[in-house]
Amino acid sequence: MSAEYATPVSKEGLEATGSAITSASAASRGSRPGGTAGRRAGIILLGLIVPALILLAWHLSTASGFFRPSQLPSPASVLAAAVDLIERGQLATHILISTQRVILGFLIGSLLGVLAGALLGLSRLADVLLTPTVGALRAVPSLAWVPLLVLWIGINEDSKVTLITIGAFFPVFTTLYLGLRHVDRNLVEAARAFGVNGVRLLTTVQLPAVVPALFSGLRLALAQSWLFLVAAELIASSMGLGFLLTDSQQTGRVDRIILAIILLAVIGKITDALLGIAERWAVRRWA
Amino acid sequence: MTAVLAPSTTQSHSKQALAVHFSGLGRSFGPADNRRVVLRDVSVQVEPGEILAILGTSGCGKSTLLRAAAGLDVPDSGEVLIDGTPVAGIDERCAVAFQEPRLLPWHTLQANVAIGLPKSSSASAGKAKVLELLKLVGLDTFAKHRPREVSGGMAQRTSLARALARNPGVLLLDEPFGALDALTRIKMQDLLLDIHSAQPTTVLLVTHDVDEALQLADRILVLGRNDDGQDGSTVAELVPVPGARPRNRNSTELGALRSSLLSMLGVTGH
Repeated sequence: MSAEYATPVSKEGLEATGSAITSASAASRGSRPGGTAGRRAGIILLGLIVPALILLAWHLSTASGFFRPSQLPSPASVLAAAVDLIERGQLATHILISTQRVILGFLIGSLLGVLAGALLGLSRLADVLLTPTVGALRAVPSLAWVPLLVLWIGINEDSKVTLITIGAFFPVFTTLYLGLRHVDRNLVEAARAFGVNGVRLLTTVQLPAVVPALFSGLRLALAQSWLFLVAAELIASSMGLGFLLTDSQQTGRVDRIILAIILLAVIGKITDALLGIAERWAVRRWA
Repeated sequence: MTAVLAPSTTQSHSKQALAVHFSGLGRSFGPADNRRVVLRDVSVQVEPGEILAILGTSGCGKSTLLRAAAGLDVPDSGEVLIDGTPVAGIDERCAVAFQEPRLLPWHTLQANVAIGLPKSSSASAGKAKVLELLKLVGLDTFAKHRPREVSGGMAQRTSLARALARNPGVLLLDEPFGALDALTRIKMQDLLLDIHSAQPTTVLLVTHDVDEALQLADRILVLGRNDDGQDGSTVAELVPVPGARPRNRNSTELGALRSSLLSMLGVTGH
């Protein structure tokens, strides 16, 4: 026993301790790529079953005369409405202007949310000074800002983007602020013990630790941006999917209303999926 | 292993082993109307290059004592002097390894060890030093792995390498092997002795394991209550451990000391 113990630790011995776990994880990693592509395609196909069924039910209910075309137009007539708008060159304009507003408002709002969340999440003083005010502002329902924005900024792109900015700001701010509050104290202390502090502590420990939380905030913010976009466009606009909705309501074009709703659903889902891909990458990288 | 570490001891930022002096240290916790005294009047002189094990029952203030030396905690009374100058805040001359590895999960083992490098080290010298330390703890082939891809023992070795990257005058170890399985623990203890003989820094080792203290330490400090009935732990005993390392675990001399230490910790009949 004592003789054995006296032998200095060999590197092989030390490596043996860890070899089992790494080879196991390497094996599981190796088996993934082939299966993943197939599995992901399968998951996407499964997710399309319900929309396909809805489309079928929609078609049958209109074809059988259960709904009158003025109540619910058939899928084919909604498609025709889309083709008509495309031929007039209007559909692309509506989609592009709405997407542009969302992206601008989302980017500005998220950036401000990150800055404010970092400030209040990291500085005791800023937290004590500003948190009650920010909380009160967050409690204001989004549409309450509209009259003020219209008077101050006018009915133009800026007021719409500003409203979306407000909508995108709070989810990012809240998740980042709370995330920074809950960064593992042990990790922070360990880093501080090695002389890491200030900006370096922020970039090496605190920000990486909140990346997963930040991304869930960003996804919420993107959903909010689309919500606020429609609110802004319903109230005052001459272009965009929200405008297409109000305009069609006034002209009684149910087919175009349904088209706009479907477009909002599809584009919203696409932008969310893109952000979801970025989120998965970030979580793998940082968590 | 000695050869592996040799270059670093000649590097410019290499530090000598430093003396640590706890002088009348006291610390209490809790609200003003219900203070709980944890440490009172702890005075110990630790020689440069010495390995001092700090033993005591759970909650007796072992970690608090270590944290005071690291500058992570500020005592209510008394002070810690390292190499004659008082500790005020995080101290460059110390390096800590905690009970948990506390590695950054988003960094590779290599990048985690690099966190320990002193600020003054240049990028290329720093990188060489990190690789050398990873080799020393037997993890050079895992440099690019993430902490969650390695075992607990490997993570703890990385944590030790991070502490050594500081080139510390005082190495503070807070139950660093406490959470490891028995076999890995023995290997880690041997590794610590190898490191210490190659680079004889002062080591303060907090542990609840009497055998670990007997294997590693030059002297054992037992923290506990005094007979005078006052609250708070103080130096209950400070005993030198006989024999040169590595020691025979079964020697009768150590056996007698083990029994007396265990009885001091409130365990009798072993």
